[in-house]
Amino acid sequence: MIWAGVLVASAGCYLLKLAGLSLPPRLLQDARIQRTVPLIPVALLAALVATQTFATGQHLVIDARAGALSVALVAVLLRAPFLVVVVAAAATAALLRLI
Amino acid sequence: MASTLSWNQSRRSVIRDALGVAIASGAYALSFGAIATASGLSLLQTVALSVLMFTGASQFALVGVIGTGGSVWAGAATAALLGSRNALYGLRLSSLLNVRGLRRIAAAHFVIDETTAMAIGRDTERASRFAFWATGPILFTFWNLGTLIGALATHALPDPKVLGLDAAPPAAFLALLAPRLRAREPLAIAIAAGVLALICLPFVPAGVPLLIVAMLVGLLGLRRSHG
Repeated sequence: MIWAGVLVASAGCYLLKLAGLSLPPRLLQDARIQRTVPLIPVALLAALVATQTFATGQHLVIDARAGALSVALVAVLLRAPFLVVVVAAAATAALLRLI
Repeated sequence: MASTLSWNQSRRSVIRDALGVAIASGAYALSFGAIATASGLSLLQTVALSVLMFTGASQFALVGVIGTGGSVWAGAATAALLGSRNALYGLRLSSLLNVRGLRRIAAAHFVIDETTAMAIGRDTERASRFAFWATGPILFTFWNLGTLIGALATHALPDPKVLGLDAAPPAAFLALLAPRLRAREPLAIAIAAGVLALICLPFVPAGVPLLIVAMLVGLLGLRRSHG
């Protein structure tokens, strides 16, 4: 099942890239598309941050991940490199669970 | 003569920049390999994602949704929606690269944030094309090496949760999101999207809040530009 998702999603992502190179420019130059498409990653990434931090399955929870996200937020505001943000968050969660 | 010299110089500087970008994404790929493995993907599935999908945010989204118990299909749909921006990059690049046939088939795989940023804003079309074709394969190599090392290292761990790896995906998404929030409107949309996703979370299967949020922002964007 995971394999099917991996392959279908990969094919979808590739076709989107190819579409940009291949479709007649006027289709994608439409003002509405130009405005809307960049907003989709913003909304999705924010929704991912929220759900991956505060949910276990369908339940809302506050646990070590919330602490980890706070540390990640500080690291992002300090403009830390990607790997530093991720490692700081993971280390925070691990420490909070030890306590 | 002078122009040959300066072309050599600009080529060298492009390759230097490409290596810098590729090393940074190699580090980012390390965390992808680790998170994908901790989310339950096999080594082969993890590596296949980096080889075949080759667009970071979508890869993180797919394994993130799977890791928190969402359906593979909700994850796949989220990954594809996140990949929609690459179509706009392709549009920007199509006149610069001017590729047809097999070259277009190959070029498409490399259409991502980093190669677009490297290709646009060069002085000449020749430099843009060189930057695209240099950055793509170099970054692809580092991206996949990073993924492999991250996945192998995590496989060797007895329990990835002890290292807090389950808390890593939200931090990764936050780091991907931050550079997109420099204006007020995206910031407002991000906050609204986060809150809305949590509100619908108890009522729909895991992963589906993401699709609801994407659909609403799509409708909102299309409607507002009408007025």
